[in-house]
Amino acid sequence: MNTAKLLSVWTVPAFLVLVLVAGKARRVPVFDEFTAGAGDGLRTCVKVLPALVALMTAVSMLRASGLMEMLSSAVEPVSRFLGFPSEVVPLALLRPVSGSGSLAMLENIYASFGADSLIGRIASVLQSSTETTFYTIAVYYGSIGVKKTRHTLISSSCGDLTGIILSALTVRLLLY
Amino acid sequence: MLNWIWAVIMLLAIISGAVNGRLEQVTNAFLGGGGQAITLALTLGGAMCVWGGIMRIADKGGLTVFFARTMTPLMRLLFPGLEPTGAACRAILMNMAANFLGLGNAATPLGIKAMNELSRANPDPDTASGHMITFVVLNTASIQLLPTTVATLRLQYGVSEPFNILPAVWLTSIGSAVVAVALSRLLNISPKKSGRHIVKVSI
Repeated sequence: MNTAKLLSVWTVPAFLVLVLVAGKARRVPVFDEFTAGAGDGLRTCVKVLPALVALMTAVSMLRASGLMEMLSSAVEPVSRFLGFPSEVVPLALLRPVSGSGSLAMLENIYASFGADSLIGRIASVLQSSTETTFYTIAVYYGSIGVKKTRHTLISSSCGDLTGIILSALTVRLLLY
Repeated sequence: MLNWIWAVIMLLAIISGAVNGRLEQVTNAFLGGGGQAITLALTLGGAMCVWGGIMRIADKGGLTVFFARTMTPLMRLLFPGLEPTGAACRAILMNMAANFLGLGNAATPLGIKAMNELSRANPDPDTASGHMITFVVLNTASIQLLPTTVATLRLQYGVSEPFNILPAVWLTSIGSAVVAVALSRLLNISPKKSGRHIVKVSI
C-alpha cells in the first residue's frame, strides 16, 4: 500500500523534473515548445468535439431510456452460468459506454454490498481493468475522420467480454 | 461502423424509452447531451494543452526517442512494419505509458496524437489501418499498474487495503488485452477484399 501510494503521488512530479532537466540539458527552448504543444492540444480538442457531442448525446439517451436495466435482467441466466454475480451485471453493461456513470454505479455497489465483499471486489476489478470502449473508439477515430472502423469493435468487445469473465474468475481464485 | 452504431444507439434509446415510459427523460438527455460534451471537452482541453506542451519538450529533449529505443522489441511485436523510433511509435509508447501509470487525462491527447501520426501513413483516410485498430484496441483494453480512482473510492468505503485487488486487476487486464490485440491482428491478416466482408460481420 505504501509503495503504491508513493508511486501514485510521485509519478507526475518526477516525470516533470525529468522532462525539464533533459530539455534544458539539450538546450530546448522549453517555454516556446510548451506553448507550441499546448496549441496543438487545443486544436485537437476542437477537432474531437463534434464526435464527442454526437456520442455523449446518444449514450446519455441510452442511459435515460432504461434499456440497461432491461438488458441486465435478460442476460442474468448467462451471467449465472459464467459465475458472474448478477449484482455486477449492470456495471458490466454500463462500463463500455460511460466512465462517470459506471463510477457512480460502482459506488452504489460499495454502499449496498461493501467494498471488500466478493461482489465489491469483482466490481472493483472490472472497473479497474476495462475502459470506456465506445468513447475511446469514437474519440480516436473521430479525431482523424476515419469512418470505416473495420474489425475494431468486434476485437475490443471480445476483449471486454474476456475482462468480464476474468474479473470474476481471478477474484475467486486469487483472493479467496 | 460509427454511422451505423450511432443511429442504432439513438433509435434503441427512443424505442426502449417508449416501452419503459421514459420518453421524457430520453428527450431531456438529448437536449442536455451536447452541453455535457462541451463541459467534458473544456476539462479535457486543459489537460490536452498541458500534456501536449510537456510531451513536446520531452520529444525535443530526446526522452521519447530514448524510451522508444528501449521498447523496440515490444513495438516490433505489436506493430510490425512501423518504424520503432518513428513519430507514430513514440506517441503510441507515451500513450501506453500514461495509461499504464493511470494518467487518463494525459493518455487521451497522446493517443489522439498517435492516431494523427498513423493517419499520415494511411493510404485510405476513410478506413482504419491495421495499426490503428491494434492501437485503439490496446487502449480500450486498458492496462493499468495502479487503479488509483478505484482504490481511493475503496479507501473511502472503509477498505483498509484498497490495493489488495491488484493481482486480479493485472491478470484480468492483461488477459483481455491479449485477447483483443490477438483478435485485431488475426482479423487483419485477411486480404482487402475479404476485409470488406469482415466489416459487415463485425457490425
